[in-house]
Amino acid sequence: MAHGPAKGISRWLFTTNHKDIGSMYLWFSFAMFFMGGIFALVIRAELFEPGLQIVEPAFFNQMTTLHGLVMVFGAVMPAFVGLANWMLPMMVGAPDMALPRMNNWSFWILPFAFAMMTSTLFMEGGAPNFGWTFYAPLSTTYAPDSVTFFIFAVHIMGASSIMGAINIVATILNMRAPGMTLMKMPLFVWTWLITAYLLIAVMPVLAGVVTMMLMDIHFGTSFFDAAGGGDPVLFQHVFWFFGHPEVYIMILPAFGVVSAIIPTFARKPLFGYSSMVYATASIAFLSFIVWAHHMFTVGMPLFGELVFMYATMLIAVPTGVKVFNWVTTMWRGSMTFETPMLFSIAFVILFTIGGFSGLMLAIAPADFQYHDTYFVVAHFHYVLVPGAIFSITAAVYYWLPKWCGKMYNETLGKVHFWLAFAGLNITFFPMHFSGLAGMPRRIPDYNPLWADWNMISSIGSLLFGAAQVLFLYIVIRTIVSGRKATDGVWDGAEGLEWTVASPAPYHTFTTPPEVK
Amino acid sequence: MDTKDTPSYYVPEQSKLPLFASLGLFLTVFGLGSWINGSGNGSTIFLIGFALLGFVLYRWFAIVIDENIRGMNSIKLKTSYVWGMGWFIFSEVMFFAAFFGALFYVRTFALPWLSEGPTSEILWNGFKGEWPLMETPDMAANGSDAAMSGPGENMSNPGLSHWLGWLPFWNTSILLLSSFTVHFAHTSLKKDDKKWFNIWLGITVALGIIFLVLQAEEYRHAYADLGLTLNSGIYGTTFFLLTGFHGLHVTLGTFMLLVQWLRSVFKGHFNHDDCFGFEASSWYWHFVDVVWLGLFVFVYILG
Repeated sequence: MAHGPAKGISRWLFTTNHKDIGSMYLWFSFAMFFMGGIFALVIRAELFEPGLQIVEPAFFNQMTTLHGLVMVFGAVMPAFVGLANWMLPMMVGAPDMALPRMNNWSFWILPFAFAMMTSTLFMEGGAPNFGWTFYAPLSTTYAPDSVTFFIFAVHIMGASSIMGAINIVATILNMRAPGMTLMKMPLFVWTWLITAYLLIAVMPVLAGVVTMMLMDIHFGTSFFDAAGGGDPVLFQHVFWFFGHPEVYIMILPAFGVVSAIIPTFARKPLFGYSSMVYATASIAFLSFIVWAHHMFTVGMPLFGELVFMYATMLIAVPTGVKVFNWVTTMWRGSMTFETPMLFSIAFVILFTIGGFSGLMLAIAPADFQYHDTYFVVAHFHYVLVPGAIFSITAAVYYWLPKWCGKMYNETLGKVHFWLAFAGLNITFFPMHFSGLAGMPRRIPDYNPLWADWNMISSIGSLLFGAAQVLFLYIVIRTIVSGRKATDGVWDGAEGLEWTVASPAPYHTFTTPPEVK
Repeated sequence: MDTKDTPSYYVPEQSKLPLFASLGLFLTVFGLGSWINGSGNGSTIFLIGFALLGFVLYRWFAIVIDENIRGMNSIKLKTSYVWGMGWFIFSEVMFFAAFFGALFYVRTFALPWLSEGPTSEILWNGFKGEWPLMETPDMAANGSDAAMSGPGENMSNPGLSHWLGWLPFWNTSILLLSSFTVHFAHTSLKKDDKKWFNIWLGITVALGIIFLVLQAEEYRHAYADLGLTLNSGIYGTTFFLLTGFHGLHVTLGTFMLLVQWLRSVFKGHFNHDDCFGFEASSWYWHFVDVVWLGLFVFVYILG
């Protein structure tokens, strides 16, 4: 094994190094985050006031669709895989990921997949316009021609996810250092192990449902066509069987991140480690039996409504365990509030708000009122933005000194946090009100009744977007001219990753460390 | 490389394989998409991409086999391959689960709902939700003007007394038999009896090919004689997608076993404790066999 990275561009194109691949995932995700963010700003600009000002309704639909797809599959998921690549081998004391070449294949599929998906914007008939949930028959009978490329893009990014997840499972189960028993693994490792299992279980179902679409569109089958004996609702069932575990795929690694950060800055061990592990596993299990809570208004039998309602509410129990443990970890700790900690505390508070609105939506009779309104938009942005995005941001601040050996500027980091915190709440909190007042999602024009809330949301979105540009500046400034970081970086940080130098050498743990 | 420095776990040097595999995969699906959408050079792009992907994968496996022969693979790395193959097969199980789930949903929920109550009377008056579904809702409501018509005949169980003349029964027998022969190949290999290993594995590959030929004949029969096509409503849809994807997996499994057979016969690969390529292929083979049993029960017998 060579001792350092190869020179020039080939280092990145042909690499088998988990750190290089992790960096590429993270930069790719950052780029997609900005692209998805620009799509979101187009949406918010159009909704700044009632009436049609800036874009055509048809283009507006393409923006809502691509914003969702790019953020979910291009920004959040690759960011967590990037963190996994960087951190898992170091956390379990392994020399690299289990299957290093396949690791690079998983990454390089993604730029191709997203090039194909976003190129649909320039195709005749425009990009996919049926929402990121691509319900049939909007996505079949009434879809633009570019839907074919959307389907194949989903296929290959699914292949990328499955290969990435298999790699992660093999790494965690097979490559732990001697003494690193399962119940000694950092929680980030545990949450990723369970997330990888979810990915392997549901990405093939997503491949299945887009294949059914492809067959219905081009080969005359009738999966989603009642005239031939099929059912459009079947689409929703298969999609959400994938889709609900998918939302946990985007949040479980976030739980792992904050479970690493909060103990460091509270200077106390994580409270209730084993209950965290069991809670994560329970959430993953429950995620398979709640999917139809996305479909309460579609016309299910009463029995189905009840089963899915109660199962969904049950998820609040293990999630509550987690929130309790994070709060208890902070209780009487010697707390300091560096940037990663600020993002993590905001995560705990705001994610809990998103969880509560989720409980409201889980109540089937109440959901009939909330369904397809901005209340739903507010809910899932509260779990995804301060949930997934904040935890990724926290992780970047927390581990960036280990990655590049330089310290970020704490003042700028705190400015970033407060801008993002304010921007996010100004953007998404008013959506609860416009939604409760009846504003439907995915519309370019609306009743002036909701004008004030929308204007506030749009202003907040600009602030949030500006905060992310500052984030990009902070990261680049750190890499280029940050002051040198120590090997330990943080006072209270525990774990194998802090025992190696900063920046982490190109190859770490070629000889496995002994874990006591 | 200094042997004293050699880490216990083999981490390969830089490799061009992943990038070109990604390019090949991209060209394959981009070409396929263009082709399906009716663009002129779609098929060419598809073929170039597919050839590139195939070539890269060939090189990839050749390199991995070569590394193993040169003794670079530790026990740990081999365990990673075992986990990798195991979880890959699990992902395949979930892919089939989506289609079995669709069949279950249609038969248990969708068809009864389409045939009951006021909505049915307004939209699909006179429709009866039976399985196999010979008359689609479209036919019930619109008679001969229907765009979505059902099959002429179906492939369902003709009754136990007719099984000897029923092709799916023979296909089931062949696949079950092939699961035994591949197991015999494995036990022979464990005794380092390469002669019988080659014979049993060769028989397995032959059975796989016979299965595929019979399956092709069944499809020809369905299209030519029974009026059963992809367009025959939900029955034709589920029948062809479930058996079709299974057939594709049998094709892949047969190809995998054939490669192992060629490696054994012409290159002398494999011995009792170094045979992962064969073992992985045989697990895959058992997996397609189990899927077929599911198909035989839920598509044919209970069809």
